[in-house]
Amino acid sequence: MKLHRIAALLSRHLYLYKRSFPRVLEIVYWPFVDLLIWGFITLYLAQFKAALPNFVLFFLGALILWDVLFRAQQGITISFLEEIWSRNLMNLFASPLTTGEFLAATMILSVSKVLAVSCVTVLAALAFYSFNIFVLGVSLIPFILNLVIAGWCIGVLTTGLIMRYGQEVEVLAWGMVFLFQPISCVFYPLSVLPDWLQAIARLNPATHVFEGMRAVITAGTFPAHNLAWAVGLNAVYLTVLIVWFHVMFAACKDKGLLVRVGE
Amino acid sequence: MAEPIVQVRNLTKRFGDFTAVDGVSFDIRQGEILGLLGPNGAGKTTSIQMLLGLITPTAGEIRIFGLPFDRHREEILGRVNFSSTYVSMPQALTVEENLRVVGKLYGMDRITSRIDDIVKRLEMEEFRTKITRKLSSGQMTRLSLAKAFLTAPKVLFLDEPTASLDPDIADKTRALIKEIRRSTGLTVLYTSHNMREMEEMSDRIIFLQRGRIVAEGTSEAIKAVYGEADLEDVFLKLARTAPRA
Repeated sequence: MKLHRIAALLSRHLYLYKRSFPRVLEIVYWPFVDLLIWGFITLYLAQFKAALPNFVLFFLGALILWDVLFRAQQGITISFLEEIWSRNLMNLFASPLTTGEFLAATMILSVSKVLAVSCVTVLAALAFYSFNIFVLGVSLIPFILNLVIAGWCIGVLTTGLIMRYGQEVEVLAWGMVFLFQPISCVFYPLSVLPDWLQAIARLNPATHVFEGMRAVITAGTFPAHNLAWAVGLNAVYLTVLIVWFHVMFAACKDKGLLVRVGE
Repeated sequence: MAEPIVQVRNLTKRFGDFTAVDGVSFDIRQGEILGLLGPNGAGKTTSIQMLLGLITPTAGEIRIFGLPFDRHREEILGRVNFSSTYVSMPQALTVEENLRVVGKLYGMDRITSRIDDIVKRLEMEEFRTKITRKLSSGQMTRLSLAKAFLTAPKVLFLDEPTASLDPDIADKTRALIKEIRRSTGLTVLYTSHNMREMEEMSDRIIFLQRGRIVAEGTSEAIKAVYGEADLEDVFLKLARTAPRA
């Protein structure tokens, strides 16, 4: 693993964002619009707060954290798509760059994207709804880190599929993460799901993060078991998916797909 | 005689039932320019892509700098580069930014001065700060060549490097390749559909057809074997006949 090659990929994307207003706008626009819509719904529902407490914390907190997961995934997948769109994959993989270095660079880019988006959503929530996510406390930080890793897992999975099946499955870059949304229990507790779906949702690290967030809000305690589940599942999934990505990459080179992806 | 820098033995690539490259063997010696000739679909680009590690061979062995490619990929690719008409570069970056990223990717020192040098040699000053998306096809080809020369490779794979260049720039590019070869001992594998260019550039030529080598030697020797005065006539003769067993 050579840092200069990871830095080269990062600078390639920084140059891109420096000059591309639509790409910068994308970081600001969707999270902002999401926050507006869900924020006003939350204010409306908060009128019934006698029956359902902590509305603002539940919904706006969940929304901001969901965006962390979504942008962490997009940071990886869109970086790969940028290389396909610019027909640059051959330049990269005919250089000494390794698959591991490529993934490491996309993961760092994903963290940068998460930080940029989080600044927008946190500030907008503060400005529009006087909601400060930091009232949830520092115990939220390890959960946020786990959401980033869960986003990486979905990003690596999606990227591997796009690499293998080409641009016809490009739509997965935007759609795949929403497949996980119902079983991530973002806006509702795990207990509302039917039993069979709860069993599936428990295998999703994001579920434990959102359950943990709700435990922090309602009980004010640190839900160590939720964190342990999220860390354990993330460790297993990320390891398996990185190995799978390497296998998929080798299969693509064997089938000659790497030089054709994007055609 | 100089040692072979590139050694290819029984290189084969099959995609299902289709054999794109069929037991090809050749050497390229240090400082040599080997021309790879053949009709479309003959296996030239697939061979180059295997030499760059972009496609995994079904069988055979590739050694570059005496090292087996499959076990020394990073070390080899750090000293190899390529240029192809069919590969682009990030469109939203300027020419200079693209070259800077390449320099970093290969861990180069003094990137700015190397960019200054290559931009001057390929007469790219006027579009150095231009966005890549706005380049003409000839300027894009020069950027691809600049990217290949920038890293001071020991081995260069050039897939139709002068396609879409005007005759003046194409001539200067050929002169530059020869000059770099003379001064650094650069080893080149070269493909082109321009027969005159192939004769001018290549020390030896390999003619591929349907994945097999059907002729090999200097352009003069190949013309003599096939009884033609012109390499283009040899090309047409070979391209229109089945490969020999």
